[in-house]
Amino acid sequence: MTKIFETPLYPYVKSPDQTAKTPVRHRVVVIGAGPVGLAAAIDLAQSGVEVLVLDDNTKVSFGSRAICFSKRTLEISDRLGIGPALVEKGVQWNLGKVFFKDRKVYDFNLLAENGHRNPAFINLQQYHFEHELVKRVRSLEADGAPIEIRGGNRVSAVSDAGSHVAITIQTEDGPYDLTADWLIACDGAGSPTRSMLGLDFVGRVFEDNFLIADVVMDADFPTERWFWFDPPFNRDQSALLHKQPDGVWRIDLQLGWNIDKDAEKQPERVIPRLKAMLGDEVNFELEWVSIYTFQCRRMEKFRHGRVLFAGDSAHQVSPFGARGANSGLQDTDNLVWKLKLVIDGLAPDSLLDSYDLERIYGAEENILNSTRSTDFITPKSDQSRIFRDAVLDLSEHHAFARPLVNSGRLSRPCVYYGSSLNSADALDGPAQSQPGAPCPDVQLGDGFLLDQFRGGFVILAINADAPDELTDSGVTARTIRLRTKDDPTGALAARYLGKTPAAVYLIRPDQHVAMRRDGYDEGLFRAALRRATAKD
Amino acid sequence: MPLNTAPNLTNADDAYAALLAAHEGLTKAESDALNARLILLMMNHIGDMEVLEQALKLASDPAA
Ligand SMILES: Cc1cc2nc3c(=O)[nH]c(=O)nc-3n(C[C@H](O)[C@H](O)[C@H](O)COP(=O)(O)OP(=O)(O)OC[C@H]3O[C@@H](n4cnc5c(N)ncnc54)[C@H](O)[C@@H]3O)c2cc1C
Repeated sequence: MTKIFETPLYPYVKSPDQTAKTPVRHRVVVIGAGPVGLAAAIDLAQSGVEVLVLDDNTKVSFGSRAICFSKRTLEISDRLGIGPALVEKGVQWNLGKVFFKDRKVYDFNLLAENGHRNPAFINLQQYHFEHELVKRVRSLEADGAPIEIRGGNRVSAVSDAGSHVAITIQTEDGPYDLTADWLIACDGAGSPTRSMLGLDFVGRVFEDNFLIADVVMDADFPTERWFWFDPPFNRDQSALLHKQPDGVWRIDLQLGWNIDKDAEKQPERVIPRLKAMLGDEVNFELEWVSIYTFQCRRMEKFRHGRVLFAGDSAHQVSPFGARGANSGLQDTDNLVWKLKLVIDGLAPDSLLDSYDLERIYGAEENILNSTRSTDFITPKSDQSRIFRDAVLDLSEHHAFARPLVNSGRLSRPCVYYGSSLNSADALDGPAQSQPGAPCPDVQLGDGFLLDQFRGGFVILAINADAPDELTDSGVTARTIRLRTKDDPTGALAARYLGKTPAAVYLIRPDQHVAMRRDGYDEGLFRAALRRATAKD
Repeated sequence: MPLNTAPNLTNADDAYAALLAAHEGLTKAESDALNARLILLMMNHIGDMEVLEQALKLASDPAA
């Protein structure tokens, strides 16, 4: 059976654009059909914006890449129409164990809050994730949505001409030119677009190598995240074991800096290492073996005129914490509604600058977390190793030391504290739903609260009155009214009211809170809506 | 809360002797590990980030 990652899902097909007399103009061109580019395109097409995706490849991602997808990613995926398929296919887990030398020092539980549609995390191979996205593109196409994906189209030149972006593409039938109103560069960590525009990508390379192996095995290891510091089978280094669907396991083995990468990748070196870890009796087959060096870096700005960078092209982190693809999805979630309003002439161009500010804030948070994890996993000096080992020794017996153990701080949704789109918090309510935060989910009967926040601004009135909708300069927020007495679980009150009896929220199209107060007031909500669309 | 730099030990000589006794007979590596565990335990006991920052500053430069 051909595997999904071996199947050309969007093979090269010659487009009429290639023989047009003058370059054909597209509304939005996305470079890159990775998870981020595909998510951006689906989101745009769902909101009626014409989008063309170009990728030099024809298949989903190759090799060991993302496996942990966060609840926020699943919530965004619900909005994109693929959430349930991901959860069904993915492996759910809550437990993690930390080992030091030859013993387990402690375990932890992700302790997901109840009453959310989605679990805290699922493990799923990146190629399955991308496959679901491609299937969604195909079904949108079949429904006549304005979306197209062109494989075997390698972008070789990009320039911002002020009123549009000019793009040159190489194909097996030769080159052709296109123009676009807007370009979203989702062309990965090595982003050719970045180089073509002469833009920087600065940060820190961690002097360490990791052997990443995906192995197929029938083993009865539990569905838990196991992390070892300095285990007997990989002395002075770390190791990670995590389950994926289809009997595939992800293994990360830290190798250190001065190694012969080619030699370390050979099965005769890899297999004994894995046997030492898994035990001699376990039979396994190698799906992929690669050696990675990790880095943390970002572009200085994610917006350059009509060119917007999203995902790994804009920022890169080490994988401990699963903050790569998960943050890339938060990028497009943040960008697409803003771009749609700007394209429709309903918001000023400066709304796109808030994409830059909010997502740079998110990237900084991810880089900070991922750098700290890497510093714990790979101590940079004798002293930092002494402290690291002391933390681990103490963690076996004392709870206080466990929060200091850092084997990766798993991706959390970004809260845009202090964003220029927020209005001041006017409710003595729970911190988890303050302005800037993504709305927490709540189970409501058979459905979920977040299902009601799809597309457009929402006014959420809880135990309070508000008109059916509010429109300001063409932007409409529609009202959803809820009563806490209809929620026997109490979660709606706990997550949105706290100690106050009633509240009214203004919620952005990306489900982040823009403002909240104890009751509706037309003037204040109008002002908040204007502020959230960069009009004031 | 400010870092207390006034004498605070009930019996300074006893406390100092206890510190040395804990290290007696240890190799350099064992002593380093003990110190690290001790710092972590005390750091958690203090808890207050402001106090810790002042202590770190004075430890880096006693004249500060
Ligand atoms: C070992 C490992 C483990 C990871 N684990 C996780 C995890 O658990 N969770 C997580 O969230 N993230 C994880 N990541 C990170 C994740 O893989 C990336 O963040 C994610 O793939 C970024 O997606 P992207 O769409 O931005 O870029 P990519 O997936 O790199 O896609 C870029 C696309 O652009 C195309 N392209 C490039 N140049 C051109 C061109 N000139 N013309 C046309 N097309 C072009 C490429 O063909 C490719 O399809 C991991 C990464 C690694 C290496």
